[in-house]
Amino acid sequence: MSDDELLEGLLAGEHRALARVISKIENRAPGYRELVSALYAHTGEADVIGITGSPGAGKSTLVDKLAETYRDRGETVGIIAIDPSSPFTGGAVLGDRIRMASTVGDMDVFVRSMSARGTLGGLSTATADAVKAMDAFGKDKIIIETVGAGQNEIDIVRTADTVAVLVPPGSGDEIQTLKAGILEIADVFVVNKADRDGTDRTVQELRDMIQLDDGGGTSGGAGGGGGHHSQEVIDAHDDWDPEDDADEAEPEGWTTPIVETVATTGTGVEELIDEFANHRQYLVDSGEHAEQVRGRYAEEIRTLLREDVHAVLEDRLEAAGGIDDLAEAVREGETDPYAIADDLLTPVEECIDELETGNGNRGED
Amino acid sequence: MSSEQEQESIRCLVAKVGLDGHDRGAHVIARAFRDAGFEVIYSGLHKAPEEIVQAAVQEDVDVLGISILSGAHDTLIPKIMDGLEEYGAKEDTLVLAGGVIPEEDRDELKAQGVSAIFGPGTSVAETIDFVRENAPER
Repeated sequence: MSDDELLEGLLAGEHRALARVISKIENRAPGYRELVSALYAHTGEADVIGITGSPGAGKSTLVDKLAETYRDRGETVGIIAIDPSSPFTGGAVLGDRIRMASTVGDMDVFVRSMSARGTLGGLSTATADAVKAMDAFGKDKIIIETVGAGQNEIDIVRTADTVAVLVPPGSGDEIQTLKAGILEIADVFVVNKADRDGTDRTVQELRDMIQLDDGGGTSGGAGGGGGHHSQEVIDAHDDWDPEDDADEAEPEGWTTPIVETVATTGTGVEELIDEFANHRQYLVDSGEHAEQVRGRYAEEIRTLLREDVHAVLEDRLEAAGGIDDLAEAVREGETDPYAIADDLLTPVEECIDELETGNGNRGED
Repeated sequence: MSSEQEQESIRCLVAKVGLDGHDRGAHVIARAFRDAGFEVIYSGLHKAPEEIVQAAVQEDVDVLGISILSGAHDTLIPKIMDGLEEYGAKEDTLVLAGGVIPEEDRDELKAQGVSAIFGPGTSVAETIDFVRENAPER
């Protein structure tokens, strides 16, 4: 299939075309950039939800139930399940599919497993592009599921509008260890397996933590409708400037709700979906969504530039005899990494400077 | 951009279809494939043919390895092949069968589009080599 046919098929709702486009994205196959580039015009409709949490928290089972509930409401769902790959062989066992049994046989739930290939934030770029493919395909809800273990995972869930962090009951100490990383990205906390001992305590600990975060109890009557922006404020924020509103102690900010679920039975899933909808509403009303989307595009531009510049540098390295010889020269004490970096980059910079002054001088010739 | 390197990986679905409840072999293969650097999706036990087809299409796998010990291969595998064809995926998916499959049934399965059949005693290395050599070029 040619790329044009692929794009056409994807937009026409052919599952195989969507699957193929995602493969091209993952493989960084020739032409993938043009494909993704063409997708942008068709995106922006889907709600993107990130689900993360420690291994064993019940993410896949919950995602399965979320998908089932969305389907019951007549909405279509795309799921991207991220699993780690071996840093040694690159191999991976992508096992989340097994736990998504309720929606099996329903093609309107499109589950795609992904693993890390390559480096340099490649997975988060590939994930963001795969989200675009599903969005353009016409999925109403896109769920990204990832293990909350490190920086890479945090980058990935940032591609979502709303992030839910799963915290299993009885993980008081775990909350402490998670605090610095994954907890602060949560828009919704989910205490899954809430039929187990320790649920009340975990909910209480989370509540205490949220209140601390709010800078000393701004949210006395949390969840009430009193603090919403008026239409004027919303209009005024049409041209949202992050500098104006960086102050987190703003009383109308989002207070992270805590939802108790038992994913195996579906208990609490409706409430969770309601909280996702609330958060979505909040994002739009507060103007934060525009800011979020802008931030995401800024990051995409930076990542692409970094990748391209990286490629130019690899060419320079190749031209200079390859990294191994250079490293060997450093080892033998002939030079040092700083000098090499300088040597390689100076001509590039000079070239760019020349181009710029060249353009400026053209009129005077 | 010329220097952009492709990051292709062989993707495999290891599938248990039908009623047999024994998946040790499937686990061994899944792990061996992983160690060979493949990306492996394991279906879990007791899957219907249409579930396998759905997974194979959505995951866009290069290789579908079906493990069957129940003796129902000559009804289940054709259903999977038909399903793949329906989604236009039969042509470029390498389909392998493993497990207990009698000699006299093999020709029929191959006629259906199964590329190779690995019975008991096949070495894992042999299977991996076969996948490496025959995984479809796309």
